[in-house]
Amino acid sequence: MKLKQLSLFLENQPGALSRPVRLLAKAGFNIVTLSIADANQFGILRLILQDWEKAKKLLEKAGFVVRVTDMVAVEVSDQPGGLAKILEVVEKAGLNVEFMYAFTEKRENKAILIFRFDDPDHAIKILRQRNLNVVASVDLLKQN
Amino acid sequence: MKKYSTAGFHPVSAPDFLPPEQLQALQLQRLKAMVQRAYNHVALFRQRMDDAGLEPADVRSLADVARLPFTVKTDLRDTYPFGLFASPMKDIVRLHASTGTTGKPIVVAYTKEDLGVWENVMMRSFAACGLHAGDVIQNAYGYGLFTGGLGAHYGAEALGATVIPISGGNTQRQLMVMRDFGATAICCTPSYFLHLIDQAQELGINLKELPLRAGVFGAEPWTESMRRRIEAESGLKAYDIYGLSEIIGPGVAMECECQAGPHIFEDWFYPEIIDLKTGRPLPDGEEGELVLTTLGKQAMPMIRYRTRDITALTSAKCDCGRTLRRIQRIGRRSDDMFIIRGVNVYPSQIETALLKVEGTLPHYQIILTREKDLDQVEVQVEVTREIFGDTVGALDQVQRNLGRSIETLTGLHMKVRMVQPQTITRSEGKARRVIDQRKM
Repeated sequence: MKLKQLSLFLENQPGALSRPVRLLAKAGFNIVTLSIADANQFGILRLILQDWEKAKKLLEKAGFVVRVTDMVAVEVSDQPGGLAKILEVVEKAGLNVEFMYAFTEKRENKAILIFRFDDPDHAIKILRQRNLNVVASVDLLKQN
Repeated sequence: MKKYSTAGFHPVSAPDFLPPEQLQALQLQRLKAMVQRAYNHVALFRQRMDDAGLEPADVRSLADVARLPFTVKTDLRDTYPFGLFASPMKDIVRLHASTGTTGKPIVVAYTKEDLGVWENVMMRSFAACGLHAGDVIQNAYGYGLFTGGLGAHYGAEALGATVIPISGGNTQRQLMVMRDFGATAICCTPSYFLHLIDQAQELGINLKELPLRAGVFGAEPWTESMRRRIEAESGLKAYDIYGLSEIIGPGVAMECECQAGPHIFEDWFYPEIIDLKTGRPLPDGEEGELVLTTLGKQAMPMIRYRTRDITALTSAKCDCGRTLRRIQRIGRRSDDMFIIRGVNVYPSQIETALLKVEGTLPHYQIILTREKDLDQVEVQVEVTREIFGDTVGALDQVQRNLGRSIETLTGLHMKVRMVQPQTITRSEGKARRVIDQRKM
């Protein structure tokens, strides 16, 4: 129901992003999607990947501070207004979005929106009631 | 109030309970021999005595110590490597050296007899915090040129305890061994132990369920709040051990089970507290720089060595019954102090401020720079799992809280920057707290 997101603390300096990404690539992890939040002094790298538990271990062993968060992924058709439609539901239901990011699935012509809600369980219930397609597992996100 | 009995103490602890007159008589006898030895064999000391118009025979009472010249750290550097040795190499059985992060290292030497003294004070250190034969002591001080590892090792072994000579580093293995070998005590720096606590949680090891009951922590200044944090999170009792290579290594002073400040092993080390500015001795209870004179060192006698550690001596009776005077926990060193925009700041204040904010560890470094003639301080704090959230806002908040806490304690605004864990350089497990990049 919920997707696991790994977030990593990054120092704001050259090479900070490439180190974890290279580490994951070397170990054969496939990053489904990522997003970066940056503040003045530091950044946060957010990752969605399939083998998140193994990836977390690997990253922590390399000295990263890693946090796991529950995310809600919603599938929409990749066309104008797709996002607006969902946001309207979110807004009307009074759901608080901490942050979100999105990626598209070209082959399927779908877009996946990934939300961080205050209360993910409640958010999933509301979205389902409105017949929105909440993606159940990361495996469904990408089948290559 | 909790009572502490002397029952069950190891016989080696007997000198801890000497009546003051007996102790002083022993000190004076040893002092005279030491001064004579240093005068005969150490050129620098003889020169300084001659310059001051003093002879060894002028030392008639313990009060005369105050007439003797000081020895400072640069004396050891200037005479590198062997200039202060009072024994020929054939009598010297061990050398240790500082890591020498700045310039040349300092070298210290031991005769067989000196190693005996060291072993004696380390045995008494372990006995003082209630350890004895049957205890399993995990020695995570670094083995090698650093005095911590071997010093603790031989003391623990002589006590009859089981020693795990694991040395420093390799945190996962430390925790595995601690659990599997049933360690009842650990020796390491307090900051390294905090790291072990953090990693234990990560590995799902509950330290409180292990037989671990005592931690012998030293080699870096730490604070009462750090002690409370360690004890609350690990269930062991944290004891402060004090020492320095120039004097002997660890085992110059050690806390007893009352945890009321380290008792100085005065039968081997004569302590004074001096005024930082005038160099004059201060009475018990007053704070100043700790100055130590070795009373039994053969290979390298140290006369009035200025430790740069700031503390006070207390002769108030300790509940354990030891007659040895205690020093206040050393939270600061005179050479760690920095002056920023005219205000004196000690790293220990920063540490206290950091520990006031939930979830932080005192893994920090202070970087001093100067921009347009204005001093700038940046406090780098290693991020921990407890304080790291996945939102920028949460981390920003922690950063602001840290800054506010520092400002409350020091009255100064300092920039706070979060850095990756384990990025602050540590040498022998000791973190270097202040990096001064100001060009004067």
